[in-house]
Amino acid sequence: MTDSKYFTTTKKGEIFELKAELNSDKKEKKKEAVKKVIASMTVGKDVSALFPDVVNCMQTDNLELKKLVYLYLMNYAKSQPDMAIMAVNTFVKDCEDPNPLIRALAVRTMGCIRVDKITEYLCEPLRKCLKDEDPYVRKTAAVCVAKLHDINAQLVEDQGFLDTLKDLISDSNPMVVANAVAALSEIAESHPNSNLLDLNPQSINKLLTALNECTEWGQIFILDCLANYTPRDDRESQSICERVTPRLSHANSAVVLSAVKVLMKFMEMLPKDLDYYGTLLKKLAPPLVTLLSAEPELQYVALRNINLIVQKRPEILKHEMKVFFVKYNDPIYVKLEKLDIMIRLASQANIAQVLAELKEYATEVDVDFVRKAVRAIGRCAIKVEQSAERCVSTLLDLIQTKVNYVVQEAIVVIKDIFRKYPNKYESVIATLCENLDSLDEPEARAAMIWIVGEYAERIDNADELLESFLEGFHDESTQVQLQLLTAIVKLFLKKPTETQELVQQVLSLATQDSDNPDLRDRGYIYWRLLSTDPVAAKEVVLAEKPLISEETDLIEPTLLEELICHIGTLASVYHKPPSAFVEGSRGVMHKRLPARTGSGEGTESPDVVNAAAGSAPEAAPSIIPSQGDLLGDLLNLDLAPSTNTVPPPTTSGMQMGGMDFLGGGLDSLLGGDIVGSPAMGAGFGVAPAVMPASLNAPVGGGLGDLFDLGGGVGMPMGAYIPPKTVWLPAMKAKGLEISGTFARRAGVIQMELVLTNKAMSVMTDFAIQFNRNSFGLAPAGPLQVLTPLGPNQTIEVSLPLSTVGPVMKMDPLNNLQVAVKNNIDVFYFSCQYPISMLFVEDGKMERQVFLATWKDIPNDNESQFQIKDCHLNSDAASNKLQGSNIFTIAKRTVEGQDMLYMSIKLSNGIWVLAELKVQAGNPNYTISLKCRAPEVSQCVFQCYEAVLKN
Amino acid sequence: MSDTTVLVSQSRLSSPPAKMIHSLFLVNSSGDIFLEKHWKSVVSRSVCDYFFEAQERASEPENVPPVIPTPHHYLISVLRHRIYFVAVIQSEVPPLFVIEFLHRVVDTFQDYFGVCTEAAIKDNVVVVYELLEEMLDNGFPLATESNILKELIKPPTILRTVVNTITGSTNVGEQLPTGQLSVVPWRRTGVKYTNNEAYFDVVEEIDAIIDKSGSTITAEIQGVIDACVKLTGMPDLTLSFMNPRLLDDVSFHPCVRFKRWEAERILSFIPPDGNFRLLSYHVSCQNLVAIPVYVKHNITFREGSSQGRFELTLGPKQTMGKGLEAVLISSQLPRGVLNTNLNPSQGTYTFDPVTKLLSWDVGKINPQKLPSLKGSMSLQAGASKPDENPTINIQFKIQQSALSGLKVNRLDMYGEKYKPFKGIKYMTKAGKFQVRT
Repeated sequence: MTDSKYFTTTKKGEIFELKAELNSDKKEKKKEAVKKVIASMTVGKDVSALFPDVVNCMQTDNLELKKLVYLYLMNYAKSQPDMAIMAVNTFVKDCEDPNPLIRALAVRTMGCIRVDKITEYLCEPLRKCLKDEDPYVRKTAAVCVAKLHDINAQLVEDQGFLDTLKDLISDSNPMVVANAVAALSEIAESHPNSNLLDLNPQSINKLLTALNECTEWGQIFILDCLANYTPRDDRESQSICERVTPRLSHANSAVVLSAVKVLMKFMEMLPKDLDYYGTLLKKLAPPLVTLLSAEPELQYVALRNINLIVQKRPEILKHEMKVFFVKYNDPIYVKLEKLDIMIRLASQANIAQVLAELKEYATEVDVDFVRKAVRAIGRCAIKVEQSAERCVSTLLDLIQTKVNYVVQEAIVVIKDIFRKYPNKYESVIATLCENLDSLDEPEARAAMIWIVGEYAERIDNADELLESFLEGFHDESTQVQLQLLTAIVKLFLKKPTETQELVQQVLSLATQDSDNPDLRDRGYIYWRLLSTDPVAAKEVVLAEKPLISEETDLIEPTLLEELICHIGTLASVYHKPPSAFVEGSRGVMHKRLPARTGSGEGTESPDVVNAAAGSAPEAAPSIIPSQGDLLGDLLNLDLAPSTNTVPPPTTSGMQMGGMDFLGGGLDSLLGGDIVGSPAMGAGFGVAPAVMPASLNAPVGGGLGDLFDLGGGVGMPMGAYIPPKTVWLPAMKAKGLEISGTFARRAGVIQMELVLTNKAMSVMTDFAIQFNRNSFGLAPAGPLQVLTPLGPNQTIEVSLPLSTVGPVMKMDPLNNLQVAVKNNIDVFYFSCQYPISMLFVEDGKMERQVFLATWKDIPNDNESQFQIKDCHLNSDAASNKLQGSNIFTIAKRTVEGQDMLYMSIKLSNGIWVLAELKVQAGNPNYTISLKCRAPEVSQCVFQCYEAVLKN
Repeated sequence: MSDTTVLVSQSRLSSPPAKMIHSLFLVNSSGDIFLEKHWKSVVSRSVCDYFFEAQERASEPENVPPVIPTPHHYLISVLRHRIYFVAVIQSEVPPLFVIEFLHRVVDTFQDYFGVCTEAAIKDNVVVVYELLEEMLDNGFPLATESNILKELIKPPTILRTVVNTITGSTNVGEQLPTGQLSVVPWRRTGVKYTNNEAYFDVVEEIDAIIDKSGSTITAEIQGVIDACVKLTGMPDLTLSFMNPRLLDDVSFHPCVRFKRWEAERILSFIPPDGNFRLLSYHVSCQNLVAIPVYVKHNITFREGSSQGRFELTLGPKQTMGKGLEAVLISSQLPRGVLNTNLNPSQGTYTFDPVTKLLSWDVGKINPQKLPSLKGSMSLQAGASKPDENPTINIQFKIQQSALSGLKVNRLDMYGEKYKPFKGIKYMTKAGKFQVRT
């Protein structure tokens, strides 16, 4: 006699039959009928038509029958709200039953019936049950409040149930406390700001006491609630940790993981030199290892969480590598996770073991797993430099197996190894080339093509290899096509003589025969580059590539912190922020790890650094002043990261299929050595102080004029360049230090920057912007930092400036506000440039014009300055000033005093006229400046002083 | 890269958060839903289609990922006894919480019906329903301790079924379970036995990976102490060990007083009534783990030949004088192997040409005459030599011995006057014991 008999009646009149049985007078028959109804329900049959008949059975002394009817009610009340009302009376009566089991059952079931009309009747019985003498009823009622809140939140608030619930946190029975916490947590989730769970040291203490005594499920609720608390200081944090650690030995893995969450969070507040900190770290490892001996489903969730933990605190599990070794009959989802963690734990100390394992995995049957194992070998090579060689030889061994997918995966990772360690392992290229024909996956083909292109000069038959790919060009995937195009252009730039035809062919395939806009555009860009400036093409195409970082898939630190606060949740399984799991932003609070409060290490926490960086602009004098909307302006600037490719020169010559364009290009390529170096020299680094011979027209004119002046004037000196000063100290910019100066070279204003990375991480994606300034200075191109800036690396960059940017008068006039961005943040600083930078080369006025202008400018606009302690004679001074585009127009000698008349033209067309009096034997010069815009005089004077004294 | 098993499409859960487990579906190995239970509103069983899709993608039944996102729900599943227990959740719920609960459901079914099979569940569908309702309220676990559940809902026995039918009484307890709210919620009051007995089984499973050359890559021991305690009244037991220092990584039953353990390394507890797991422990690879068995193997395929050699010899090693019993070897041979022609020196062997699974039931190992399995494998003619090396899986038992050396010192009882029978048994088994070739 088993319950399966309830399934046997499948005749047509089943419902009718049941109806008759339900209305039978015999108790036993009734019960059997209800059982049949329930059985139908469990397999998803619709038995809602029997609603009134089943409800009629509710009034009974038989507890089992009552329970069954309640089960039925819960399932169908929603679809029959009017009928459900019939049950209310019985519920209310049952809530007063002397048997606590029945009272609890009634209040529990009522809460599950999501019918508005019933909820109204629920309030009174619920209020009584919340204060019931029996804790079993109270704990059931606590959960019922959460149910009711879900149906009608307003009602719960109006009835004051929330306060009653809060009172239950102080209940004498730990199970009641746990359920109250669970209910409040659930309610709080839909009211993020309600402050329902007002956690303070007293309530925390109550929770910790209840933690020891309640059931395992209650412990999870309490621990999850504790995790939301932020202790006041490290001592409180430690005492909570001490009381939570025994939970690590619980048999229920969910309890363990919730305890780990609390500890991982509160540990953040403990000073690292504290003994207890070390003890705690040691205590965390064993329970995590134990989780891995549980059922595979538990292992999977544990592994996803361990993945976060090893990223945050690798020291916890650094000696436990072996437990992550894969057993061949682990489910695939466990294998893949273990592999990921193995790579994260890989270090110089254990790399040999790890590699031996990975090699073993690469011979397994499951293709996905094998592929990932091969990739993992590549990741090890990139992560642990000392192991790179061994990794490469392991990969070569695997390639020798000739197992198709292994070979392809290996080639993809070897490409990355080449990127990381250029010019180290090229000896293996020959072996790779042997496998060219077996590659049928786009990623592997693209990787192989990249290798051939990159090392074309070392591969004798590179052209043949690439040509062989070209045959089926249109059948290749875009990835391969793009790579092939680039590789052939590289090849051409390296071996121009033999590969003309090939490059022609690929360019025309890409530009004329392809429908893919990306491919076409890249083709055109190469074509134009090659036809206009092959030298530039070489610089662009063969530019040094940025290094690839050590660990490619680390979780971004702020997200990691948030996920650590959510250990054990779905968010931690998916490694996505919890906000991604709830529709709308309601109910989502971003949790952060608490800041360390102990002494000494305070500044280490990222929070603190953030805050400091945020408030720095106001505090530091040299940083942007809070001048109205200035900061806003800067922030709105479009800080595009510098791209690695220089925008192609805009020439209109876009003839297709022309053969002749290569002629010129080829010549200059072949003679590249001669042309290349000066072109390079002009743009970069510290150019020679003396102007190079190939100066452009205005300067040439200036030189001519110089000789016109007749005797006394020697060779011009170089333009004055102020020494470099620190503009942005490292401590204000998360480790980026910027110093620099301004220079005018060959008529181009240049900002010369020295970027130093004093942080521990690599900096990339530099970009620069200026705020509006007095003379419209603006960067004429992107900030050319092509390679990432490693820790303790310094790079010198010179940034050409134009004077056509937006203008706003600054105070002082030559103030410049700059924003520099990198992958870490945006930083602001301000600096002052010498106005002499703006003195243009054609600033020499005709004598007559000078005289007329001098008279024309009102005397009010004249200002006089003294230059003290200058020991040059007038000719030497004149000569020196000429170097900075201050031109002497005439010289008179009156009573042993030399009078020099000079003119200056600023980049915005303002003329400044000057009279310099130099008396032999007197180290003090007198200078009078006349200008229609007298504001500049002060700056000009400063320039005189600077130029003459240096 | 690490998300391959996890992510198909990111689903977003609807607010209002419906906390905890929403529904449960039981799915058999042929993919039919044979039971559903909803704790809140009814979720259409079509939600399981996402599960079936994942099931289809998985190469083996056990490879179905345990967490599956769907547009409005998450499905968290465990596979036990070839039944998938699929929980539907709608909000951010700790997945381990759900998985632990599902395991508890399975354990309860097994406890109640002896086995946890589709047939047993269908036969007891009403009890199953009552149990599920009792175990979870509004998605919060309510009563999951077997002791308490058995007071609320009596397990079916043939006798009771007969009695119920005759007398019309029920198998639902009328009284509030006594343990539910006491300080010892795991024990019911008023327990009475004529024979008072307490038995403890120390069972250790060794997991190991041995490489080709016979050296140990990893070895660890998962141990448990399972107890069967049938004692009258409220006994308070203490159990002490000769070498408690071995136990540095332990998980206790909630009855164990943790403070006492921390301070004195003594297990002090009021036991639940009946069968329960007192503690489980883990002896990691850092401590040296003795490997009780060795395998000499020579499995080779020659290029161009359609024959392969197969030789396997087993021998005992570090067994502390105890014999190896119930030895069973299994190995998944490469796909290229058509058939085998092997000769066991003892026991029987089978090879399934379809699944390529070789298994050899060795039985006892006699150290004087080591068992061996030798012969040839035939390969597909003309096929290239298989790439993968088969892994050999070994099962065995060692009676009267715990491999880690753990020994119980004494068991004392306080709080009751009678003298109980006490007994302790030790056993070692192979867990996942694998030898690579």
